[in-house]
Amino acid sequence: MDIRSLVDVANGTASREIFVDDSLYKQEMEQIFNRAWLFVGHESQVPNPDDFYVSRMGEDSVILTRDRQGKIHVLLNSCRHRGMKLCRHDQGNTRIFSCPYHAWGYSTDGNLVERPGELVGVPGYTKYYHGQLDKKEWGLVPVAQMVNYRGTIWATWDPKAAPFEDYLGGMGLWLNSALDHRDGREGGSTILVGVQKWRTDTNWKFAATNFVGDAAHGISHKSVNLVGLNPSGGIGRRDERPSGHAAFGWPDLGHGGLGFLPRPEEDFPRPTIFHRYPETSAYFAECAAEHLKRRAGGTHYQGKGTIFPNMSFHEDQPRTIIVHHPISPTQTEFWRYYLVDADAPDSVKDTLRHYFMTYSGPGGMTEQDDLENWASATKASSGAAARRYPYNYQQGLGFSEPCEQLPGAVWCGETVTEQNQLIWLKRWAEFMEGRDWDQLMHRVPVPGDVPFPLKADSLAETGA
Amino acid sequence: MTAGPAGQAMRELRPEIEDFLYLEADLLDTRRFEEWLALFSEDAHYRMPLVRNLAVKQIAGEHLTDPLDVSWFDEGKTTLATRVAQIRTGVHWAEEPLSRTTHFVSNVRVVGTAVTADGTLEANVRSKFLVYRNRNSDEEDKVFGTREDLLRRHGESWLIARRTLYIGQSVLLSNNLSFLI
Repeated sequence: MDIRSLVDVANGTASREIFVDDSLYKQEMEQIFNRAWLFVGHESQVPNPDDFYVSRMGEDSVILTRDRQGKIHVLLNSCRHRGMKLCRHDQGNTRIFSCPYHAWGYSTDGNLVERPGELVGVPGYTKYYHGQLDKKEWGLVPVAQMVNYRGTIWATWDPKAAPFEDYLGGMGLWLNSALDHRDGREGGSTILVGVQKWRTDTNWKFAATNFVGDAAHGISHKSVNLVGLNPSGGIGRRDERPSGHAAFGWPDLGHGGLGFLPRPEEDFPRPTIFHRYPETSAYFAECAAEHLKRRAGGTHYQGKGTIFPNMSFHEDQPRTIIVHHPISPTQTEFWRYYLVDADAPDSVKDTLRHYFMTYSGPGGMTEQDDLENWASATKASSGAAARRYPYNYQQGLGFSEPCEQLPGAVWCGETVTEQNQLIWLKRWAEFMEGRDWDQLMHRVPVPGDVPFPLKADSLAETGA
Repeated sequence: MTAGPAGQAMRELRPEIEDFLYLEADLLDTRRFEEWLALFSEDAHYRMPLVRNLAVKQIAGEHLTDPLDVSWFDEGKTTLATRVAQIRTGVHWAEEPLSRTTHFVSNVRVVGTAVTADGTLEANVRSKFLVYRNRNSDEEDKVFGTREDLLRRHGESWLIARRTLYIGQSVLLSNNLSFLI
């Protein structure tokens, strides 16, 4: 399939095949999940030496583990001998990863091996292999690059992938707003124990492009807004937000979301929240005062959204991470993690935990309706006739402008616009075309590339 | 099975408690959700923990039940009432169209009784459940598990004071949990 014909950036449409076709799905595993930076887990899931947590990168199972020297590694969870899934537990602690099939054993312990994941034991090594098996050659496959970003672990299979912080670009400022302590300290967050995992019959991109900044949520979430989840007891499902909340997207990187127009920290309102829970409300008030003091003279960056391709996060209510793992063109396995300040009092963590669980996940009164809509849309887009008709992303098309305060981002002053979905799909097409990293990072031009339409271009076209 | 007079007393309670649990199941399946809510005490605690795949030697911790662990649900009566109210809005898209559920309850055992300081009888009850959900034309979900209930004597009947639902799925194989378990 000609990728370029599938996403019409200039006209704001995209083919339904992107969301249902099997061959495109297979291509995504190669071109996107084998190359992009992916969220793997959180360092708090492997606090001690030899701890491991089994995660996913695309369809591949991976082991996140901490070695005896304290270093974190991400390794492919498949024995090099016959491909057996080496580690069948969701988490645990082991010095040697021993295969249940033929007992090939691997270690990350620097005292046993030179390279983490090397083979340490092979039954019959002397007698049957005659000592000739190259144990260094047949170690577990490590990811090509890995970073620990304020406690979150990210990895890529592509040795040529751009450095993570370049890949994130200005979106990193928003990710920080989720991961940093409420009192303004860098990092300082952790995840609550327990990852909600569930399968929904939808294409993974519905979730990615929903969280990238679909703000027309009044319809999807009408019922929860009517019954109310607001932790201060008012209307809606969260505390009232300060003004200046809008959609921002990064056309060169594919990330985007909803956030606040950056402004001096002193100008960012910090109203009290969580009024129904006095202890939690007081905690946030203390943190807000400390945040202002600590960051005085700086700029306030805050937002939520999707980091291309399949990780979405929310920085405040509810403060969470969700990863959209592909299972098939029409099925996704969602993994939800809940973020809190690591040193918050237990009573505060408990209040937040309750709020998060009633809001998000398959039992969440907000997320249920999203899941329903994505599943219905996937199904009703699969028919031979339905596939012929593209989706429409024309809302706000041609009204986006660069935002000087937020590096690399564009916006149109509204929360309700589909610029971000189109930006995400444009990035999807760039990866799917097999562009190299120089092209992906826009260090070299690509012939015939269609730029993201900005207001200045449409004004020039109409001669205004 | 507990021997002696205590065991005898618990076995005598069982038919009555079975009837109570069957009534509860029927209220859910006939969508009499407000009457179902009335079966819970005001201080009720309703939790459905996550389960993980762990090594045999760590299996005691497979269900995440520490107070600060994430669950599928972990809430009180107020939140349950909010869920019912959401279904009643008619614009809760995961329940519009509504699910058709069938709640099976079996293997009911009264495993303990106690009398509280104010003289109220409480019973610890274990049972198995299967919730079948059918929705739209071809949507099917099945959730199997074990229930641990704390029932509190209330007039001639009972109130559910605590319910813990242990399910077998570590990855939930349902589009969502919009139906009441």
